[in-house]
Amino acid sequence: MNGAIDLSTRYLGLDLAHPVVPSASPLSQSLDGIRRMEDAGASAVVMYSLFEEQITHESLSLDHYMTYGSESNAEALSYFPEPEAYNVGPDGYLELVREAKAAVDISIIGSLNGASPGGWTHYAKMIQEAGADALELNIYHVATDPTMTGEDVERLYLDVLRDVREMVSIPLAVKLSPYFSSMAYMAQRLARSGADGLVLFNRFYQPDFDLENLEVGPHLVLSDSDELRLPLRWIAILYGRVQADFGLTSGVHTHLDVLKGVMAGANVTMLASELLKSGVWRITDIVEDLEAWMTEREYASIAQMRGSMSQQHVGDPAAFERANYMRTLQSFRLDPTGLMV
Amino acid sequence: MKRPWVMTDGNEATAYVAYKINEVVAIYPITPASPMGEFADLWSSCKDANLWGTVPLIQEMQAESGASGAVHGALQTGALTTTFTASQGLLLMLPNMYKIAGELTSTVFHVAARSIAAQALSIFGDHSDVMAARSTGWAMLFANSVQEAQDFALIAQAATLEGRVPFLHVMDGFRTSHEVAKIERLADEDMRALIDDASVRAHRARALSPDRPFIRGTAQNPDVFFQARESANAYYDALPAIVEGVMRRFEDQVGRSYHPFDYVGAPDAERVVVVMGSAAETLDETVRHLQAGGEKVGVVKVRLFRPFSRKHLLEALPATTRAIAVLDRTKEPGSAGEPLYQDIVTTLSEAVAHGSAPMGAMPRVIGGRYGLSSKEFTPAMASAVFQELDAAAPKNPFTIGIRDDVTHLSLEYDSELDIEPESVKRAIFWGLGSDGTVGANKNSIKIIGEETDGFAQGYFVYDSKKAGARTISHLRFGPDPIRSTYLIRRANFVAVHQFGFFERVDVLENAAPGATLLINSPYGTAHTWEHIPRTAQQRILDLGLEIYVINAHDVAREIGLGSRINTIMQTCFFAISGVLPKDEAVARIKDAIGKTYGKRGEAVVRMNFAAVDAALSHLHRLESPGPAEGPAMPPVVPDAAPEFVRTVTAEMIAGRGDALAVSALPVDGTYPSATTRFEKRNLAQEVPVWDPEICIQCGKCVLVCPHAVIRAKVVEPATLEGAPDGFQSAENRWRELDDLRYTLQVAVEDCTGCSLCVEVCPAKDKSRVGHKAIDMAPQLPVKEQGKRHWEFFLDLPEYPRSNSLRFNNVKNVQLLEPLFEFSGACSGCGETPYVKLVSQLFGDRSVVANATGCSSIYGGNLPTTPWAVNHEGRGPAWSNSLFEDNAEFGLGMRLTLDKQVQYAHELLGRLRARISADGIRPPVDVEQYEPSDSESDLVNAIVQADQRDEGGIAAQRARVAELKRRLQGMDGAEAKDLLSLADVLVRRNVWIVGGDGWAYDIGYGGLDHVLASGRNINVLVLDTEVYSNTGGQASKATSLGAVAKFAAGGKRTPKKDLGRIAMQYGYVYVAQVAMGASDAQTVRALLEAESYDGPSLVIAYSHCIAHGIDMAKGMEQQKNAMLSGYWPLYRFDPRLVDEGKNPFQLDSRAPKIPFREYALAENRYRMLKQTNPDEADSLMAQAQQSVNERWAVYERLAKGDPRPLADASGNAPANAGGEGAER
Repeated sequence: MNGAIDLSTRYLGLDLAHPVVPSASPLSQSLDGIRRMEDAGASAVVMYSLFEEQITHESLSLDHYMTYGSESNAEALSYFPEPEAYNVGPDGYLELVREAKAAVDISIIGSLNGASPGGWTHYAKMIQEAGADALELNIYHVATDPTMTGEDVERLYLDVLRDVREMVSIPLAVKLSPYFSSMAYMAQRLARSGADGLVLFNRFYQPDFDLENLEVGPHLVLSDSDELRLPLRWIAILYGRVQADFGLTSGVHTHLDVLKGVMAGANVTMLASELLKSGVWRITDIVEDLEAWMTEREYASIAQMRGSMSQQHVGDPAAFERANYMRTLQSFRLDPTGLMV
Repeated sequence: MKRPWVMTDGNEATAYVAYKINEVVAIYPITPASPMGEFADLWSSCKDANLWGTVPLIQEMQAESGASGAVHGALQTGALTTTFTASQGLLLMLPNMYKIAGELTSTVFHVAARSIAAQALSIFGDHSDVMAARSTGWAMLFANSVQEAQDFALIAQAATLEGRVPFLHVMDGFRTSHEVAKIERLADEDMRALIDDASVRAHRARALSPDRPFIRGTAQNPDVFFQARESANAYYDALPAIVEGVMRRFEDQVGRSYHPFDYVGAPDAERVVVVMGSAAETLDETVRHLQAGGEKVGVVKVRLFRPFSRKHLLEALPATTRAIAVLDRTKEPGSAGEPLYQDIVTTLSEAVAHGSAPMGAMPRVIGGRYGLSSKEFTPAMASAVFQELDAAAPKNPFTIGIRDDVTHLSLEYDSELDIEPESVKRAIFWGLGSDGTVGANKNSIKIIGEETDGFAQGYFVYDSKKAGARTISHLRFGPDPIRSTYLIRRANFVAVHQFGFFERVDVLENAAPGATLLINSPYGTAHTWEHIPRTAQQRILDLGLEIYVINAHDVAREIGLGSRINTIMQTCFFAISGVLPKDEAVARIKDAIGKTYGKRGEAVVRMNFAAVDAALSHLHRLESPGPAEGPAMPPVVPDAAPEFVRTVTAEMIAGRGDALAVSALPVDGTYPSATTRFEKRNLAQEVPVWDPEICIQCGKCVLVCPHAVIRAKVVEPATLEGAPDGFQSAENRWRELDDLRYTLQVAVEDCTGCSLCVEVCPAKDKSRVGHKAIDMAPQLPVKEQGKRHWEFFLDLPEYPRSNSLRFNNVKNVQLLEPLFEFSGACSGCGETPYVKLVSQLFGDRSVVANATGCSSIYGGNLPTTPWAVNHEGRGPAWSNSLFEDNAEFGLGMRLTLDKQVQYAHELLGRLRARISADGIRPPVDVEQYEPSDSESDLVNAIVQADQRDEGGIAAQRARVAELKRRLQGMDGAEAKDLLSLADVLVRRNVWIVGGDGWAYDIGYGGLDHVLASGRNINVLVLDTEVYSNTGGQASKATSLGAVAKFAAGGKRTPKKDLGRIAMQYGYVYVAQVAMGASDAQTVRALLEAESYDGPSLVIAYSHCIAHGIDMAKGMEQQKNAMLSGYWPLYRFDPRLVDEGKNPFQLDSRAPKIPFREYALAENRYRMLKQTNPDEADSLMAQAQQSVNERWAVYERLAKGDPRPLADASGNAPANAGGEGAER
């Protein structure tokens, strides 16, 4: 690596070698996976999310199946041996955090998806105690309740953040969905309520219809670079206005995506689909490509370019706003050839 | 030394000691001993060490015969070795037991004594099994209580090491093995103090070793065998004193005093009962009671039964004894008396003759039988025995506890007698298996027993059904150790956890005056009273019961506990019973919840805590009940039921079977078929409802219904005239059936609510895809109408089997009458759909040999049985022999049929002229028979009949009817013989049915031989991949990576490929099926199997409660098993070879999903992930490898690869899912 170029970045108070960070994904479900990502050159790893609901579900279903049919029949008082202990609950996750901290040098960022007020704080504290350098609150919430107002939804996010903030001292990031009426306002409030960083945006799995069986099923599609534009736009808008670090996630696949993210104002750009698709060694490629691009264009550092294309710093701030949409439409109509109508 | 007091049952108490003092344990499941092996396996998987700091080696065997063989070998090579068994299991061990004793080998077998199958199987307790082992030369030590079961496990081991004679350590099955009691747990130091390491080393030194070789196990001749047999006498002579010595050492170490015979009672007793086993405790209690009333009575508890020490017995008997009753818990038909009786008589008569008897003159001695198959033995019965000893001419022999109105042997007794002290609080709980009542009660007694100074006892009674099983918990709490080894007669507290019980059983039968009654009622405090049946209301008023009401189901639902009302009801019990102060009780319940559920995760604990709090706020006293004007109790069975069902079966259903007299019961174990239809259990809260608008009449719901409650018919429109309101029918969707109407009905009172039918229904509403042609709806609103519809439906004519439709597909099969219905199987059972299908396809001409196991229990457990009869009165003839011999049993049936057909043919030949002379025209009433020119000779027509299809069968039936008509009037032995055999001329099929425990393990040798015999038998293996009936122990059908009992750490070897083994013969039809994966292939395979004139083997994937799945998704799991390649569907038909084709047809496609995707949907695989994730991952990878390898073999077979199967493994297909195929 050419020593002349400084790829380092700072995110959530952590000094990272460069802005390419694997986001929460199955890749971090094992120590081996985390080691491989470090070996591939990741500057930090966001662990897969600890889902409180999943823990609850596992625990209840274990209890259900261990007792189902038991104590009903004189010959079969139970159907399974009853071991001394189970690996249910957060223990496996926490143990992995501990092991990862001991095994790798890069930063380990925990990720938590709570379900109850008590759950958020309880598990956040445990993740901190396990040694995570920072924690990402993955507030995966689909507001389906017609009686829930936008304000209710916002309060839900803020309450979670405040509760956790009170309980833990490590840096906190909040991973958001893009579905807020006023994204900028929301970002501001989160930053003021104790979020050290904002991660934009959560990708929701969208269900699909199976017409053969007339069923609705989960449908997992990996992202592509097109999806970059939504977080890119919002980070560019928020940069400089909201005092928080930014992690860009969704649609990061190449060094160009990384560059765009950083220029919009992201401290780190996070990727998972690309690594799942092409393997963790893509991190090495992307970082090398990033460096080569910067060399070619004589950039000295990531810090130098960070936010350089944010709304505040581009020549045409309106390009990020709604008017831009209007103009886009009009530009089609005004096309003299008529071919684009 | 401070020893912990623990609440435990006899099995655990015994296993605890046995595990500590052995090195090798061979195990095999059998009720009621299975838990001992399960504990040993579990502790071993947890790496718990024995007394010498090493983890005992546990080996599951294929049968008890195998277990005893392995034990014999392990002993001969010097390990401290044990096993656990009961009943038929002990019988299978007898040959080795003779050897082990003959070689003077130190070992203890721990037995939970159980009945031996005779006129029927029974899983319950008596001494028939151990009495059958008397001649083996083993010492026998009887424990009477849970405490003694623990103590004697140690005493027996110490004695056998010292005396070299092997020991049977016996406790009463269920009564002791399953009673939960407070005992003082032995410490390791106690065991060390009793087990002499020098004797352990001596045992080791006697072992086979090539370093100091000798030969043991010679064959001896007339010259020396006899003397050699006598050579061990001295060891037997010495043993009683050795046992006495060990007992003395035990007393010195632990404090509890035991002797070969223990006497309790008046020192100057005149009447004495001699007894062994748990009844001794009841007699102990009764003797003290009678003694307090001034009676001179006593009881001798026999502890060391073999070798029988005359000396010690005579020392135990008071010199004042003038009359003795000897009680035996076994029956030896035709003997001069039962074993203990004979020993006592012999001892006394010898002693009197020699002048060594303490009482001088010969006392009167009578012998009686009691307690067979866990029949109650109460203080009332004990008193009656003492009374009988006062009679001028006491009965000898006698029985006690039953009413024998045939041979009049039974003694009368005062069933009202109750001697339990007031200080003992007694509680009875009526629950359902699924509601958690028993578990909660075990928790409650643990709280009292382990957390307070008080004593507690729990005994649990289960009914014989699996789905919707009723449980009755009997709990006692008191300040002193509890000796009452019988059910509670007068309860201070009665809890009815399911309101519906009021309608079906007398739940207040044992309520004491002024007792507290806790009712879980859906009607709220205000309306509960009016729903209680009148008779129960009157009983409540008469006894002045104090009533408390809670709607526990509502509370449970709100909290998210579903049907588990256990914690709620447990809290209510503590809140109102006064057993503990309320606040203390709540704190202790929560503490117990933490201990019980803590390891399953915080969520479970939280939910149960919520249940405790909610229970207290929802419990209310019903202050003034009102008059007894409630509804009448519905009849137990319909008035129209046959007499036997009304007078005998109904009594059993109602829980009054104990009162049935001897004369009520068949002498030879023969019972009427088709009785489940009279027992309406109304188990399901939701039942399927049919929507004819959407229905495509595919028949899938009818096919999968495990309880045959969904049925379809096609009928002439005219027959529907007069149908009850709301009875639905639709135009039929068969091309062949013209204007017949199709109707599908649900037996709403018999449904168990499993919803498998809804899951398989492919017909969805086009405007609302969530709605299907079959959907679940609450049962109560449709119950009455549903009953009327069902009755009307049953009376509609059946579609004739011999009409134009061919029953070779699922759609048509739905029209066949099921002859297996409403069994006691689990809700959503994966086995019964296959059994029912066989009954539909062939049941009117089937003989069924059924291996012991789930299928024999849901198929043959009284009171009511599901094998049914059709509208012509025909149906499967069913029997169960044993677990281990079912294939041979079925082959025997075939041999008879073959022989009878052959003989009948011979007779037809001999009688040809006389039969033909009678004319060839059949009588007009035999509709099916139209003789053609070619069969103008009835004899030829019968002999040459083509009976391959339903038409052929019907025609043959008509011919046989005609034959019988002609034979009726004929004289001569041959004509009479032929008449008695004529029915076998209609082709019969033999079905040999059983589970994987039978087919893969215990019965495999026989199955292999029977398949090899070439005879025309059909084997249906209901493969649940575990011993389901005994609670899920691993069999060789268990797959790699699955957790099962006896494989607590996950099974390490792949599933045995039974089908492939059978295929090696080349002439055996083999099919592997899974109804959920392909119902069409299942139907096809069964038809081919039956039609193949040779041995057939059908291995059927049967999802099971022991898999830890949502049973409603059972068929989906079957499909996933196929999709993963784990369960390939195939048929191997030797007939195809003659057609020049490959006999092997693979009916499923290459794997589409990885094994883990199928497996991890089941608790049996997931569990290991939760206990040992690394191990689970490793086993999953091996399992995938094994799937790949097997699939490759089958693919080659399908391609007709000529290479031997053994060489064709390996080369996993690229698309078989493997390690990297995770999604």
